[in-house]
Amino acid sequence: MRVTVDEDKCCGAGQCVLIAPEVFDQREDDGIVMLLEHEPGEDRHVAVREAAAVCPGAAIEVSDKA
Amino acid sequence: MSLDEQVLSYPIPSDAALEPPAEWAELRNKCPVAHVKLPSGDQATLLTRYEDVKRVLADPRFTRQLNAPDAARLSAEGDGVFNSEMAQIIPDGGEEHQHWRRLVGKWFTAKRMAALRPSMEEIAEQLIDDMVKCGAPGDLKAGLGFPLPVYVICDMLGVPAADRERFSYWSDALLNLTRYSRAEMEAAQGEFFQYMADHVAARRAEAGDDVLSELIAAGGPEEGGLTDIQILVTGMALLVAGHETTANMIGKMVSMLLADRSRWERLLADPSLIRTAVEETLRLDANSGFGLPRYLRDEIEVGGTVLPRGTTVVCSMAAANRDESVFEGAEEMDLRRSPNAHLAFGVGAHSCLGQALARTELQVVLEVLLRKLPSLELAVPVEELERVEGLAVGGLRTVPVRW
Repeated sequence: MRVTVDEDKCCGAGQCVLIAPEVFDQREDDGIVMLLEHEPGEDRHVAVREAAAVCPGAAIEVSDKA
Repeated sequence: MSLDEQVLSYPIPSDAALEPPAEWAELRNKCPVAHVKLPSGDQATLLTRYEDVKRVLADPRFTRQLNAPDAARLSAEGDGVFNSEMAQIIPDGGEEHQHWRRLVGKWFTAKRMAALRPSMEEIAEQLIDDMVKCGAPGDLKAGLGFPLPVYVICDMLGVPAADRERFSYWSDALLNLTRYSRAEMEAAQGEFFQYMADHVAARRAEAGDDVLSELIAAGGPEEGGLTDIQILVTGMALLVAGHETTANMIGKMVSMLLADRSRWERLLADPSLIRTAVEETLRLDANSGFGLPRYLRDEIEVGGTVLPRGTTVVCSMAAANRDESVFEGAEEMDLRRSPNAHLAFGVGAHSCLGQALARTELQVVLEVLLRKLPSLELAVPVEELERVEGLAVGGLRTVPVRW
């Protein structure tokens, strides 16, 4: 799984961090998403898909290609 | 007359405090773009399907400012939070809006909210102890739902919690649709403004560890910060938004989970369901208030209908959250539902700034209640719960409980 985030679309809601804190964080100075793991391990895949599905900014893209 | 021949009165009343009006399903299925009449007598267009509501809310061109000459008025007495000089001071579009949002948003990150958890737990435990001391039955709204978010937002703004009664009245008046007169609303707004002006001045003289002090420290617009009046109005907006909504949701959430006690019992048996259970109550909240208005500066096609420029749209997130084409078993509560892309906090650039705070408060309240009052139950039949009427934000008047 490969994850990308679009900072321009991010509205700083923080749902991704609440759902998958090992994969997502937010910048100190403006709350915009920071991707911690762009190829998260399999045990994180369900959480990452959930985060992408609920992101209010539609800022998370998940692809299954390595 | 069928739904598509008459002009529906909006908001649509519901017989039951926790249940949706029957009209929502009919509207979604047969009249997804509906003409409605607002309390002011003006007409607007109501959207109830998930895809349509999401589309309009996510479109960065449209905002809730209804100050164009052909925009609808929501209430006869002035629109409070949706249209006032106050509301126009905070930039609502483009780069300015994004800048404001990022500046304020850094206080509402998930990490900051997580850091607040211990103090939220402490506050919740204290409030519950006090409620228990007074003996059953208690009112969960007055005892816990209302005070907790007020304490939290007062802390964040560096404002004394002792002033919370005054805040409650002011924010009620600003969320007015039909309950207060124009004179009452204007007086409340003036008093509130003066209070915040004094508070911001005090923080400028002596900084504290709070959002307003940080906004002041960011400097003026030339230094990438905000003007004094923008800081002041931001403070007002955070206070209004940070308490009434969450206070009401706490009452509604617990009511929904106790209305069918098997839900409460499942949570007692498996507290790991708390996060998804909170989301599901947000989705199924059938009393979330007016919804969100949008003024269309450009025409847009929605559900096969072209909405002309100048239309005032009302988006019913609560109706959209029960859209069967998006949520399987949409009318059923599934405590495990995941993902749960409900629209309770809106979507896109204008989605609720405080949603991480709201989520954390709701999760903490539920966790502490399950732990301290496992035998909690409603002290009245569900049919006796009453809705608050006449405000933009929905809630229950009281939540009588025993334990």
